[in-house]
Amino acid sequence: MTGKKFDPVQPIKYVLLLAAVFIVLFPPYVVLVNAFKGEDEGSSPFALPKSFMNFDNFAAVFERADLTHAFLNTLIIIVASLAGNIVLGTMVAYVLGRIEFRGKQIVLGGFLFATLIPTITTQVVVFSLLQGFGLYNTLYAPILLFIGADVIQIYIYLQFIKNIPYELDESAMMDGASLVRIYRSVIIPLLGPATATLVILKTINIYNELYIPFLYMPKQELVVVSTSIMRFAGNNQAQWGNICAAILLIMIPTVVLYLFLQKYIFSGVTSGAVKG
Amino acid sequence: MGGISYRAQRWLVLVGFLAVPLTLLVMLTYYPAVKLLMQSFTDWDGISSESNWIGWENYKEIFTNSDLFGVFLHQIPYVFVGIVQNVIAILFAIILNSRLKGRNFFRVMLFLPFIMNAVAVAFMFQYVLDTTNGSLNGLLGAVGLESLQQSWLGNESIVNYSLASIGFWRFMGYNMVIYLAALQSIPGDMYEAARIDGANRLQTIWHLTLPNLTKIIQLNMFLTISGALAVFDLPFVLTKGGPAGASETFLLKTITTAFQFNNFGLASAMSIVLLVLTVLILAIQNVVINRRGDN
Repeated sequence: MTGKKFDPVQPIKYVLLLAAVFIVLFPPYVVLVNAFKGEDEGSSPFALPKSFMNFDNFAAVFERADLTHAFLNTLIIIVASLAGNIVLGTMVAYVLGRIEFRGKQIVLGGFLFATLIPTITTQVVVFSLLQGFGLYNTLYAPILLFIGADVIQIYIYLQFIKNIPYELDESAMMDGASLVRIYRSVIIPLLGPATATLVILKTINIYNELYIPFLYMPKQELVVVSTSIMRFAGNNQAQWGNICAAILLIMIPTVVLYLFLQKYIFSGVTSGAVKG
Repeated sequence: MGGISYRAQRWLVLVGFLAVPLTLLVMLTYYPAVKLLMQSFTDWDGISSESNWIGWENYKEIFTNSDLFGVFLHQIPYVFVGIVQNVIAILFAIILNSRLKGRNFFRVMLFLPFIMNAVAVAFMFQYVLDTTNGSLNGLLGAVGLESLQQSWLGNESIVNYSLASIGFWRFMGYNMVIYLAALQSIPGDMYEAARIDGANRLQTIWHLTLPNLTKIIQLNMFLTISGALAVFDLPFVLTKGGPAGASETFLLKTITTAFQFNNFGLASAMSIVLLVLTVLILAIQNVVINRRGDN
């Protein structure tokens, strides 16, 4: 082994990587510095602000963009949808993965084919349906859609349940455990990694979803993170300082979570994507 | 439940566990799909209780009116940019899979845009791409490239590339992480064998790395195409389809046709067209990928 020989490709790699990091960080940097600038600070967009202690924009935004409601509503929707997804997803996976019955292929195909239909294309019909149920302008509309119309969790759970040996079920049956008990005490705990994947993927999806809350919850108190900035920026086209502060406030929670949970997020995203 | 036979339990669990999920599935996916199909042959306005059966009129309208089917042309830039995005993602995945200091730092950085809120990212880029206050034009001016300064979202011929580039910024790192995971599953002794056989770096990439990525590349290509078919968020938030309709997409048009112009019949037909195209692409994908797998 020559070991420490100089490799001319090595510097090129770093140059490319640093260029990419610059492109990734440039827009957030611009937002960061401008969030601390007053309206009268007419400097160039990437100059540093006079002071990083000027929180006027943040105070204004927190009030006017109704961010307290936005974060709270988003959290409620995420928690309720995840709970529904986990309970119903594991139930379906348990039936399809463990019980033989006639028509199983049809049920399975029905769920898998549904993953192909983009949710937004059917809103033309679903909207009238949910309106008829009286769910328009309630938190239940998005929660119901995130639980019932997005069925990727069934796909994820089915992949995992196949790898849980059936002997575990059998030995629990020898001990006289009921099927519901087996589902609860054997299957659900062993599906833990799948649940982690699901939580990560769905949280990212729901947090980013714009159109469903926009369509179903125009009421002011039902604002979520995505719609809050949209309403706010729509009314304040000129005040970039305020908009930058709003962008920053919305980005900070996920960035912090990401830095702490990066290991889990990477494994969740890759195991969710590499289906084949 | 301990006293009941497993046979009976199976039935109870089967019915009990499937009742709610199946009801939701039928109610929120299949019933709407069927209703959509039926509505697509009518002139329903979304409000009145009556509607007339007009046969294939809506479909004729879609395929003959260039304002409708023609907007798919606006979505071609998303395919181009998506392809470039995948090439760059593979490049960075290969770089990060090699011997390098700070690998995890770079991976964390390049993936960062993916976890940022999509709407916040859209407005962030509205600021970056703004013609007068925008930092991109500012940056170009600062390095002496004033000639490249642009109205990035206001110029009809580049607005779709600008919007697609925002998607590039958000998703390149995501694609990279997926490719990286695929690369890490290639056994190290294959590289060792290539090295012993005297293969240089490019030969190794061409003959060993890329063939092992074929399946995941195909998958991502199809995702790029079906994603481009259903572009919606960015033009909806940033341009509302403008300037002069240049950044309208088929899905955006479908939604405005229904909820703004109350032409639910036509919008239903447009939804069906989009749905059929998506399913068609996925069917082709399955054929292509499975044929590969058999060889």
